[in-house]
Amino acid sequence: MSATPSPDLLRAPLVVEFPFTRSLGPVQSAFLTGLRERTVLGVRTSDGKILVPPVEYDPVTAEEIRDLVEVGATGTVTTWAWNPDPRRDQPLTTPFAWVLVRLDGADTSLLHVLDAPGPESVRSAMRVRIRWAEERTGAITDIACFEPHESEPTAHVTGHSGEFDDAVTGIVTPARLDYTYSPGRAQTGFINALAGRRTVGERCPSCRKVYVPPRGACPTCGVATAEQVEVGPRGTVTTYCIVNIKARGLDIDVPYVYAHIALDGADLALHGRIGGIPYDQVRMGLRVEPVWTEGSRHPDHYRPTGEPDADYDLYKELL
Amino acid sequence: MRYARDVAIVAFAQTDTLRRSDELSEVEMVMPVLHDVLRQTGLRSSDIGFTCSGSTDYLAGRAFSFTMALDGVGAWPPISESHVEMDGAWALYEAWVKILTGEADTALVYAYGKSSPGEVRDVLTRQLDPYYVAPLWPDSVALAALQAQALIDAGGTDEPALAAVAARSRTDASDNPHAQLKGSIPSGEYIVRPLRRGDCPPVGDGAAAVILAAGDRARDLCERPAWIRGMDHRIEPHSLGVRDLTDSPSTRLAAGRAGAFEAPLDTAELHAPFSSQEVVLRRSLNLNDSVRVNPSGGALAANPVMAAGLIRLGEAAARIHRGESDRALAHATSGPCLQQNLVAVLEGES
Repeated sequence: MSATPSPDLLRAPLVVEFPFTRSLGPVQSAFLTGLRERTVLGVRTSDGKILVPPVEYDPVTAEEIRDLVEVGATGTVTTWAWNPDPRRDQPLTTPFAWVLVRLDGADTSLLHVLDAPGPESVRSAMRVRIRWAEERTGAITDIACFEPHESEPTAHVTGHSGEFDDAVTGIVTPARLDYTYSPGRAQTGFINALAGRRTVGERCPSCRKVYVPPRGACPTCGVATAEQVEVGPRGTVTTYCIVNIKARGLDIDVPYVYAHIALDGADLALHGRIGGIPYDQVRMGLRVEPVWTEGSRHPDHYRPTGEPDADYDLYKELL
Repeated sequence: MRYARDVAIVAFAQTDTLRRSDELSEVEMVMPVLHDVLRQTGLRSSDIGFTCSGSTDYLAGRAFSFTMALDGVGAWPPISESHVEMDGAWALYEAWVKILTGEADTALVYAYGKSSPGEVRDVLTRQLDPYYVAPLWPDSVALAALQAQALIDAGGTDEPALAAVAARSRTDASDNPHAQLKGSIPSGEYIVRPLRRGDCPPVGDGAAAVILAAGDRARDLCERPAWIRGMDHRIEPHSLGVRDLTDSPSTRLAAGRAGAFEAPLDTAELHAPFSSQEVVLRRSLNLNDSVRVNPSGGALAANPVMAAGLIRLGEAAARIHRGESDRALAHATSGPCLQQNLVAVLEGES
């Protein structure tokens, strides 16, 4: 592995976003709905411990547990960590402390953040209370943060039915991760060649097969490929399907044909749309060539060349 | 005999761990170590009975990168193969079980992590409980810092002791050509207090591979096989607030079941990405000063996520292969604050 990436290596920002949608069981639903109503619920285990945040199964015995209690909105810090440089999506934008807080009446601690002026004002065993978010939806972020608050700890808890009007039954946790994607050496070569309207693959030094697009390795032999080979531009339809469902955001009339195309000189078929011929006249063995549109980084589609169809024996290994 | 068969690690290879590896796809990163372990044993791909890998696509944001990595194995004609979305140490565990059942005599295990395209501190938040924890985006350093402070409050360590762990690791890494951070590294500023930059692992890309073999096959392939005398893994509740963060009962239990306490150890390769976690692990394993801990430099010197645990097993085995150890413990961890732990006991024959 070399430490200095080559300067012509392709790179692009890549954002992966997904809304993580989860349904809630009875205990989690009660807890998160409770936060919306400024009520913190815990659950009692069979040996009498109060778990906050509550879970639906005893962490020790795995028994189903449903005995809910209301605990205090004040508590004690059990451990902390000062974050001088908040990251995107964390609860506070100014420096804060991560804390585990044992709420009054609870036997376990809740992870959240503490709004404090600086690390010198935070210590384990300090007393804190919940600062509620102004807009609450039934989520852990309904607790905006904790804040320092002198008060006497109590162990008092009261039973709670866990029932609220309009209970929250599911949550959506949005997730976003940012990357700088680089396709690596082999695929950079492939993409750069496409910019010049050429298609290149790589040949396996062992079995001599040419892979398009190249990924840097021969999947049969398990060895690196490096010898670049230009293939096409013409090729043969090896197999195809007729698409009858219009894809969202794609301006292509249905039905149309999507095909495996073995470019001349390639030992692996790639995918492409077939145009310039009625969909019901496309056939295995049809000879095609790429059609480029202005500014495009890959062929828009492939169209018939007018040559006679290829003989089946020539492409039967490339289906 | 405690197990149906004797199984040994007979070969180990790792890449250099680098801050970036933009020119390499995952398969290009993995291939050299696969070829290296095959060369060490003289085996061909087609001789391997079972192949198992560990990785996660979230690190580089490449969906199904683990299937592409298979291109480096030579998976045609079709092979017997499996993948875990975990550190490769757990892939090794699966391969070991496969050999114990008699379904294979040899196994190839590999793992890779390409953290450089993303922000690994943020990526790792997505493995957390999505109801109560993940919406707060507590990054991996923050969670380790909560554990470190709990340990300091309990009198288990202090900042100078943590700095000493980091310094010893990077000094030991000076002899490790694959390590990323070596020599004298300043403690630096607080990343999340009480953890300073020096208490945290470097972010890097790397891969590792191991070959396992049973019985006489192992003796044929390796002059001094590293026999797996026991291996076990245990997990603790995911909620940090129900755990005692200053202790690692899952490590202790796994070590006991792996037979770690039945005879003295001379070496321990501990997967402790943060200096404070080495303190927790030493306490939980009751390691005394006669045990050489992380002669490779450990995860504080090179931490390719998903491969760093497998590398601990490989480093311990390689030490036995070289005759520098007779009985070594290897440990791998997964999840926040040492949530899940695997322990193996490796021995050489005199």
